[in-house]
Amino acid sequence: MTSMKTIGEVREAIAAKKASAREIAAEHYKRIAARNPEINAFLTLCEKRAYAQADRVDAMVAAGKPLPPLAGVPLAIKDTISTRGVRTTCSSKILDNYIPPYDATAVVRLEAAGAVILGKTNCDEFAMGSSTENSAYGPVKNPVALDRVPGGSSGGSAAAVAADLAVAALGTDTGGSIRQPGAMCGLPAMMGSYGRVSRYGLIAFASSLDRIGPFAHNVADVAKVLQIIAGRDPNDSTSTTAPVEDYAAGLAKPVKGMKIGIPKEYFGAGMDAGVREKVEAGIALLRKLGCELMDIHLPHTDYAIATYYIIATAEASSNLARYDGVRFGPRVEGDSLIATYRKTRGAGFGPEVKRRIVLGTYVLSAGYYDAYYLKGQKVRSLIAQDFREAFQKVDVIVTPTSPVPAFKLGERVNDPLQMYLADIYTVTGSLAGLPGISVPCGKIGGKLPVGLQVFGPAFGEARVLQLAHAFEQAGGASL
Amino acid sequence: MKISREDVLRVADLAYLDLGEAELETYRAQIDEILEYIGKLNELDTSKVEPMAQVLADDQTADATLREDLVVPCAVADDVLEHAPDPEPPYFRVPKVIER
Repeated sequence: MTSMKTIGEVREAIAAKKASAREIAAEHYKRIAARNPEINAFLTLCEKRAYAQADRVDAMVAAGKPLPPLAGVPLAIKDTISTRGVRTTCSSKILDNYIPPYDATAVVRLEAAGAVILGKTNCDEFAMGSSTENSAYGPVKNPVALDRVPGGSSGGSAAAVAADLAVAALGTDTGGSIRQPGAMCGLPAMMGSYGRVSRYGLIAFASSLDRIGPFAHNVADVAKVLQIIAGRDPNDSTSTTAPVEDYAAGLAKPVKGMKIGIPKEYFGAGMDAGVREKVEAGIALLRKLGCELMDIHLPHTDYAIATYYIIATAEASSNLARYDGVRFGPRVEGDSLIATYRKTRGAGFGPEVKRRIVLGTYVLSAGYYDAYYLKGQKVRSLIAQDFREAFQKVDVIVTPTSPVPAFKLGERVNDPLQMYLADIYTVTGSLAGLPGISVPCGKIGGKLPVGLQVFGPAFGEARVLQLAHAFEQAGGASL
Repeated sequence: MKISREDVLRVADLAYLDLGEAELETYRAQIDEILEYIGKLNELDTSKVEPMAQVLADDQTADATLREDLVVPCAVADDVLEHAPDPEPPYFRVPKVIER
């Protein structure tokens, strides 16, 4: 079987009866059996569900029916996204045996579009991390360099696509958890605007920041998956009624004359020299494409990590209160109900989650709320305002995705603050609610991928995809 | 020092989180460093800034998207109970909370 890297290749093979959806699924399970023991991208496989769906697609082909947009396309789903009847752990021992009684809306929509869900992918516990080393089920290895992390928190989804174990994948992004692993594994990866994709069935970490979005091998496929999952869902009151644009139709529009802002604050100290070189080459390529580049300022950028770790941990401390050993997950009995809660939570959560619950509870606690949480919310306003002002002058903003390429496994695990700083360029767009994509921008030493990040104004997904597509087509990945 | 051992114990108590002795000191030191870093927000005068309490713009908020309060069937109770740690359908059983 050919590589089957793209949605187009899969659909073509199925439509031309060169391969059945069942054969394509089987081929991917064969690859998973061969590669997964090494890279640990998948935690749970759902063969029965996948083959049942593949058979439905094959029946459509046999009956000569028109094929839906993702017919037979093998997908991987991050384990923070609920799948009915399929174990969903958030890579946490506290949900070790959790079987959701319903599907996330994004999953429902993908299957309705013909996609075949292969299984659930490893991640940092409750999506808290930037390297996928915080999983209770062992770290994921980066398929492009096995001694390195794939980024995180959606490292399993990124690794699954990068290793051709799935054609596309869903991840979740709270402070960079889709874009940063996309950059580190050499894949385009996108979060839509806050409210663009329903969060129904996404197990909450920080509800004002969490977003579901796709990884794929090219920008056109990212656009195709986003198109399916985007749009209003009555089950998520924060999913908006703003119309969903036709992303595929906008991809090929010329980018000549597009106004691109380059924020100086994203090129300061702490950026790896190799990343800088590639991103500068990427910017030169955009100039060659006829884009109009402008230096801009986003003056509150330097405060984003501090703001993010107040707001995200505060929301997490509240969201994770539900894990108490009563309704789901393993229970550790104590001699009272409170003791049961305490023991269950103490045993079930890993170190990063506990650290964030303590920090989040602290910033919300009496006497500290104003100094930390309220202050964080106010600075969040300033960060969002920076972007609103910038988008008065420019169409999109281009930055590096991560200050560093994929780092070595174990290199940063004992220093949470250093780990947090890996998200320095991604958290800003998370706080502001904007759409953002990371698109491959060369490889350091021909090996370690670098990502170029494109931010658009709220609900400007089409414009973001358009520029990323033009950049990719102009050879951005091989700079 | 921004956060003391007593602060961590108090907060862990609020969060119903048992922490071992070694964890307690490790987290205290790490959180202390993070709070030190977060302190840089005090460089900004935010006295005239409104807190960002929601992400969506005014015309996209829940107000504009509230639905009718309709009763819809939800048939997941059996599934939920089946995987609970100590079910006694239709209840979840927990350790005794009332002393007689």
